Amino acid sequence: MTYETTSGNRGLLQAEPLIFEHGSIARTGVDLAAPKGASRLGALARKAPLPLPGLSEPEAVRHYVRLSQRNYAIDLGLFPLGSCTMKHNPRLNERAARMEGFSDLHPLQPISTTQGALALMHELSHWLLELTGLEAVALSPKAGAHGEFCGMLAIRAALAARGEINKRLRVLVPESAHGTNPATAVACGFIVDEVPATEQGRVDLVAFKAKLGDDVAAIMLTNPNTCGLFEPDVKEIADLIHAAGGYFYCDGANYNALVGRVRPGDLGVDAMHINLHKTFSTPHGGGGPGAGPVVFSKALAPFAPAPKIVTRDGAFELVERAGEGAVGRMCAFHGQMGMYVRALTYMLSHGSDGLRQVAEDAVLNANYLLARLKPHFNAPFGGGEGEHAPCMHEALLDDTRFKAQGVETIDFAKSLLDEGYHPMTTYFPLVVHGAMLIEPTETESKAELDRFADVMIALAKRALGNDSARMKTAPHLAPMRRLDETRAARQPKLRWKPTEAASIAAE
Amino acid sequence: MRYLPLSDGDRAEMLSAIGVESIDDLYADVPKSARREGLVNLPKAQGELAVERHMRALAERNTPAGRTAFFIGAGAYRHHVPASVDHLIQRSEFLTTYTPYQPEIAQGTLQALYEFQTQVVMLTGMEVANASMYDGSTACAEAALMAARVTKRKRIVFSGGIHPHYLETARTHCTPMGLDLVAAAPAIDGETAVCDLVDDDTAAVIVSSPNIFGTVSDLSAIAEKAHARGALLISVFTEAVAFGLIEPPGAYGADIVVGEGQSIGNALSFGGPYVGLFATREKFMRQMPGRLAGETVDADGKRGFVLTLSTREQHIRRDKATSNICTNSGLCSLAFTIHMTLLGAVGLKRLAELNHEAACALADALSSVKGVEILTPRFFSEFAVKLPKRAGDVVEALAARGVLGGVAFERLAPGAGMENVLLVCATETNTEEDVARYAQALREVLG
Repeated sequence: MTYETTSGNRGLLQAEPLIFEHGSIARTGVDLAAPKGASRLGALARKAPLPLPGLSEPEAVRHYVRLSQRNYAIDLGLFPLGSCTMKHNPRLNERAARMEGFSDLHPLQPISTTQGALALMHELSHWLLELTGLEAVALSPKAGAHGEFCGMLAIRAALAARGEINKRLRVLVPESAHGTNPATAVACGFIVDEVPATEQGRVDLVAFKAKLGDDVAAIMLTNPNTCGLFEPDVKEIADLIHAAGGYFYCDGANYNALVGRVRPGDLGVDAMHINLHKTFSTPHGGGGPGAGPVVFSKALAPFAPAPKIVTRDGAFELVERAGEGAVGRMCAFHGQMGMYVRALTYMLSHGSDGLRQVAEDAVLNANYLLARLKPHFNAPFGGGEGEHAPCMHEALLDDTRFKAQGVETIDFAKSLLDEGYHPMTTYFPLVVHGAMLIEPTETESKAELDRFADVMIALAKRALGNDSARMKTAPHLAPMRRLDETRAARQPKLRWKPTEAASIAAE
Repeated sequence: MRYLPLSDGDRAEMLSAIGVESIDDLYADVPKSARREGLVNLPKAQGELAVERHMRALAERNTPAGRTAFFIGAGAYRHHVPASVDHLIQRSEFLTTYTPYQPEIAQGTLQALYEFQTQVVMLTGMEVANASMYDGSTACAEAALMAARVTKRKRIVFSGGIHPHYLETARTHCTPMGLDLVAAAPAIDGETAVCDLVDDDTAAVIVSSPNIFGTVSDLSAIAEKAHARGALLISVFTEAVAFGLIEPPGAYGADIVVGEGQSIGNALSFGGPYVGLFATREKFMRQMPGRLAGETVDADGKRGFVLTLSTREQHIRRDKATSNICTNSGLCSLAFTIHMTLLGAVGLKRLAELNHEAACALADALSSVKGVEILTPRFFSEFAVKLPKRAGDVVEALAARGVLGGVAFERLAPGAGMENVLLVCATETNTEEDVARYAQALREVLG
């Protein structure tokens, strides 16, 4: 039962219009001195007045606090979004990033005034190389997909140096890959050739071998893969791609399962991006900013882009231009410094011992959930009844057991909203129909995992019982009911426009 | 370890519930030779106090901009950001949430993005804007790629006023796609001259106003000439505050407007994270890269917001996506939109006026120094000066006197033959004393 309120508020949840509906172009929340001089811009000065509404500070603070209360967040509860590594974001990292020496530093200040920043980048690079067992690092890519792009460009550059860039255009991408992989390969001018998965959720080695040839540039492999499984044939895959003259790009999105325990360099990887916003806890911020440094093997190291940090006579120098044949500039300036600070703070906090424990606890937590949920859900790669086929840091389930009742993965996801949880990743990887990919991360306690498992089991029982109808219409208790995404796409409204009545009134 | 809640007792209990003996059993698929028994060769865990001390020691080896007389711009700008902005973006519900893929529990992020998009549209004088790119430089590269998709042409022409980093970034992103980039030589006041390079194969003309030398230009003639040849006009900016005072690119007929949004709401932070702004015309909406928030209704008919037109994006379209971008600059766009809401039209205009006024005062002061020539004919808040000696050396000598006096253009574009050109910038954060100190220091350095 729902009650409508006079105010439009619902308990603590305050109704909040758009700033364009309650702000005013005459109002401002900043006090700035009146200018004294006249503009020297002449005819280049703005002609039409800006239509931007302003709010006073108390109004603005309320506006955004009210909006914030409509968001779920890791700080509120388990955020088991597979592939996204929603772990706790330590606040010490935020404090460090806001230190004046880092935040109030211009990227083009004289190098002599930024030695601490370069030292930090140098130290972060050292940690990334030690952890991954690789040879060189490019810090500047702005996010995971940008890192993929950088890594694949290095492969392109290496092929160009060998005079084979026009010959080797095919990139092998397992069909379970993140969408960014094929999109990246195409952005680098390659052609995508999909490699099928086996029934065990791994790369089909026979199919992979059949696709090798002297027109293959690389394989882009996620390991652990998007089914949450370690690729047991990874070394053979690396050896085969190298023997065929290609390179091994590893999507490092799932590195959280391996950090401190398995070094990608020992697996034959040539390039791998690292999502600092996943493994190294920099906050996701509602969709970024992230950071996607790339580590390279000896074979690709000469093709890494600038900027690079080198030491000379005890001082750090910033190399702002890479050599001939290397990947060009990835972005203006030197990348995501604010994220470097946070990630290094996280690394120093954990240390070599803590990072290894991170990987182990992340894997343990996922396996624990898998073990608890398997009796109630189909776990396509979880092993048969009474046995446990281990996963890495994420547990994969699907909705096949609820087919007869017509309850699907989306209904579980929306029902979780009513239970106060962010859902798992749904319908991904594409190789599993109705996939539910659950990544609890290492920062959840056993009690939190049990609470979540209890909820999932109760929902499974509900789906099979007489009460499944309410799952189809969920959520009922979230700030909004199910939103009409089809309508949004068919009649796109991508910005606020004044209504006709309002614009007439303004005149 | 303070961030790891499991106790050894929990771990043992969980392993037993799973039915394995040790954690190693869960790593059974890892080839033996790649399983590391010991720890990697790095320091061990440390408490908050020790880590904070370490980070502070690094921070103190830098000279923060605010401790100097500071006049550097060239793509990143030092402004005063109201205290409430940083407070609000650190709300847990904004800071520690994901991309709003579950709109029923992400209306906060989605409504803020919808407001952000609308503000960007208003600021640039365009019709639609996306929910942000990584930064201005990558937004510029994406705009070039989009123009090639729209026009089905491959030639991209850059004016001589484009930020050299933006040009290099565009080369990195566009060359693999077979685009042909043609760049005019660096020129202080050469935006309109770019028209000479436009031909019938040109997908887009990319110009900048204010440009890297600070020059503000009327873009209407360029738009006309580009359109006459079937090319798009892409206008790039690095200082969003400028549009509080100067005519926006949309008013001149630009087809795509991209730029850096750092200067509103975001710290300098040694170059990142920043926020790329991307706006265009409605007719090109489906060719845009990146996320878009759109309005819709829920099952009760109430207005709400969702991410939309995602069939352009990599997670749906994979190898046929308009871009591979996934994570963008969510929190930086939030800082932008909060600061912009606090400013409003009145505040932005006044802020822009103060910046312009500070730059005029700086230009007057520097031009009184013997041997210094102001090169930029019309500027907003930054301009180029010609010095009687190599600008890089002057910058170092000024720094030794506590003045961060700008960027040598040579640092951005070595070999361009502009060794004596210095790019300087003033904002509302500069005091009259700063300006006097700069002029005095420059007098000393140029002796």
